[in-house]
Amino acid sequence: MSDPLIIAGKSYGSRLLIGTGKYKDFAQTRAAVEASGAQIVTVAIRRTNIGQNAGEPSLLDALSPSKFTYLPNTAGCYSAEDAVRTLRLARELLDGHDLVKLEVLGDPHTLYPNMPETLKAAGVLVQEGFKVMVYCSDDPIQARMLEDAGCVAIMPLASLIGSGMGILNPWNVQLVIDAVQLPVIVDAGVGTASDAAIAMELGCDGVLMNTAVAAAKDPVLMARAMKKAVEAGREAYLAGRMPKKLYSAAPSSPTEGRIAPSRSKAA
Amino acid sequence: MIQVIVNGSPQRFEQPLDVAALIARMQLAGKRIAVEKNGEIVPKSALGATMVADGDRLEIVAAVGGG
Repeated sequence: MSDPLIIAGKSYGSRLLIGTGKYKDFAQTRAAVEASGAQIVTVAIRRTNIGQNAGEPSLLDALSPSKFTYLPNTAGCYSAEDAVRTLRLARELLDGHDLVKLEVLGDPHTLYPNMPETLKAAGVLVQEGFKVMVYCSDDPIQARMLEDAGCVAIMPLASLIGSGMGILNPWNVQLVIDAVQLPVIVDAGVGTASDAAIAMELGCDGVLMNTAVAAAKDPVLMARAMKKAVEAGREAYLAGRMPKKLYSAAPSSPTEGRIAPSRSKAA
Repeated sequence: MIQVIVNGSPQRFEQPLDVAALIARMQLAGKRIAVEKNGEIVPKSALGATMVADGDRLEIVAAVGGG
């Protein structure tokens, strides 16, 4: 595997992480995940329906945990305590699996992270042996605090969850990348392929998305586009872009050896 | 008769039972689930040995699609 994404010592060939929510059905979920080439897939932990739909298929049947790395999240948690309890349940559910996505939300309107609660939860989870990938604000100081707390990946939002607004503050994302040694993965805000490419060109180590794929008219086709965008953005980052300049003092074609200019008849 | 809160809804049972039996009564036997009782994880290995008492609060969860 060349140029792998390394999280908590484990290598992944794909830098695209994908969510499994909001799809029409499990068949579409699976088709989109497969088209994306993602190896890490996020899942939510929710109450089971009791006493009904006994034969209902489960996500774990649609996407085998042996084929994909599950990343259970704490979506919908508004306190450190609820997030910690949710991930303890996830670890029990997934037979001791300890790579998790921590998110502690601040309010249901913006789904913006509550950073003090996020830091508190991160401390407890790291203490309990979890490998914590953490959804956070695009604040380099908070990012460093999360790194110091022992998290394994920093995942700033690029714009609000589910908004599809793209990378609204590339400068802050860059500050976060510079502030920490850990992998930085843009989590939330990507709307289309160019957004994912921009995140990667900035030097992010990966991109995590759900709605951009699931809410596309053709989710499977968008998943394929995102795969290419993440790869293209990564390669462009590694290649090192040319500097931006308002005027080009140097055209791409040679200035020497041009044919003789025509004489103007008017002269 | 005991009353237990399972996933937020009250459930009545004729007599005390263990968590494994409760799971079976909820038609969840064999499902990929995890159980929390009064805020503490009940490990799979302890489902049969953990009794449910009147007033206990259980959360039974599974993995679902999410970002």
